[in-house]
Amino acid sequence: MFSLEGLKNTIHYTLSASLGTTSTLLVEMLIVGICVISLFAVLGLVLVFMERKVSAYMQIRLGPNRVGFQGSLQTVADTLKLVVKEGLVPNGADKFLFNFAPFLVMIVAMLIMAPIAFTKGLQMWDLNIGVLYVTAVSSISVIGILMAGWASNNKYSLLGAMRSGAQIVSYELSAGLAILTIVIFTESLQISKIVESQQTGWWLFKAHIPAVIAFIIFIIAVTAETNRAPFDLAEAESELTAGFHTEYSGMRFALFFLAEYVNIFIVCAIGSTLFLGGWMPFHIGHWSAFNHVMDFIPGIVWFFGKIFFLIFVIMWFRWTFPRLRIDQLLNLEWKYLLPISMFNLLLATVVAIMGWHF
Amino acid sequence: MFIVDYIKTVFGGVKSLLVGMNRTGYYFFHHKEIITQQYPDVKQVLPERFRGEVVMIHDEKNEHRCTGCTACELACPNATIKIVTKFDITPEGKKKKALDTFVYHLELCTMCNLCIEACPTGAIKMDQTFEHSVYDRSLLIKILNKPGSKLMEGVE
Repeated sequence: MFSLEGLKNTIHYTLSASLGTTSTLLVEMLIVGICVISLFAVLGLVLVFMERKVSAYMQIRLGPNRVGFQGSLQTVADTLKLVVKEGLVPNGADKFLFNFAPFLVMIVAMLIMAPIAFTKGLQMWDLNIGVLYVTAVSSISVIGILMAGWASNNKYSLLGAMRSGAQIVSYELSAGLAILTIVIFTESLQISKIVESQQTGWWLFKAHIPAVIAFIIFIIAVTAETNRAPFDLAEAESELTAGFHTEYSGMRFALFFLAEYVNIFIVCAIGSTLFLGGWMPFHIGHWSAFNHVMDFIPGIVWFFGKIFFLIFVIMWFRWTFPRLRIDQLLNLEWKYLLPISMFNLLLATVVAIMGWHF
Repeated sequence: MFIVDYIKTVFGGVKSLLVGMNRTGYYFFHHKEIITQQYPDVKQVLPERFRGEVVMIHDEKNEHRCTGCTACELACPNATIKIVTKFDITPEGKKKKALDTFVYHLELCTMCNLCIEACPTGAIKMDQTFEHSVYDRSLLIKILNKPGSKLMEGVE
């Protein structure tokens, strides 16, 4: 099977031949950091362009089509505009928190990147509580949003941040329970083991009904967690101008904007790891000929294909559904998603104990 | 039965959402008809009654039909038109009122068409040009009679 392990080992041996153990580690960390940052930059450009094109096609429009081929350089032009813009700090704002908030949101996005397995052997940190780590760290981003809302000295920002807090805290529950459903089947929290366990088929198919229910709940919950329409109450363009980032401009705004898209990427990466097999190619049971053909496609292509499919689904939600009111939003979580996911957890446990899955 | 209603609500909600997603998904995968106009490349054919700006009609001999009667200036509800008149000396030696400059403030105009209706000689009309954006407001103050133009013969 195609893997990047060879490349990784080559870099490691080349570095350790000329440097000491500590400096090898430092240089490797630097390389990984640069890779992550450039991945983020590319993701920001690609996902914003994709969002605009998908929304245009769904609304029978053309979308950006002026800058570059079919408008493909539109997001580059937008980024240039944001870079040269003045970054204002409003009067009476808490300057430290105001400047720190966008960086905190980005740092959280980078931290969640750590346990994600891109392909066989390409994983920054394969810790044994990977899924727990992701759910725990992703909750910190709400602090960044609250910080931005509070420090802006603006009622719109504060209202948006409060709503965002209520929303994220609520939807973490059902997202966590949906993740737990899969953990029951894999019997491990380690990302690499979760991927390995889907060698014979993805959990979405292997664990049938509970996994499908968990998958739907997970997609709904992460849409809410990333503050995207139809759950975009934190931004609420029609009511709160731009919610928690009303007062942000220039590069600080760009960081929030980038963090939103990076977060979508990350939650879709988690979703595809848990339900769609991560980098594992599409395998059906013991059909070795079919499985062998599927193995020719590299794992990284599978992984990014799955992620972009899930991102497309989330964009599809955004450009189809009307927005929810705050009470409807909390009703949906506490009266529908949470009871259903608790019941689903029981169902999954029964299925796992009785061995009714494939 | 509470639980039956609950399950019905859930499935009804999911079904209605899927109907919506089916619609937008259909649009996404059938990308043929575009409802927006490709404005600078393809320009719309404007209806006949579209009003863009006031222009003065000049014929090929550079003659207009404006007598300087100021009926349009009086009819204008927001002082868009300012007419400066002069006195011509006719061959009989009599003084006669005539148009000197027809000043038109495009930035004040609401395209209400009252000046055109008020004009007794049909000297002005509404044109269909609409791309009026300029970088300086003073460029919107226009003089409608062309330089060197004079009153058409026989228009009183």
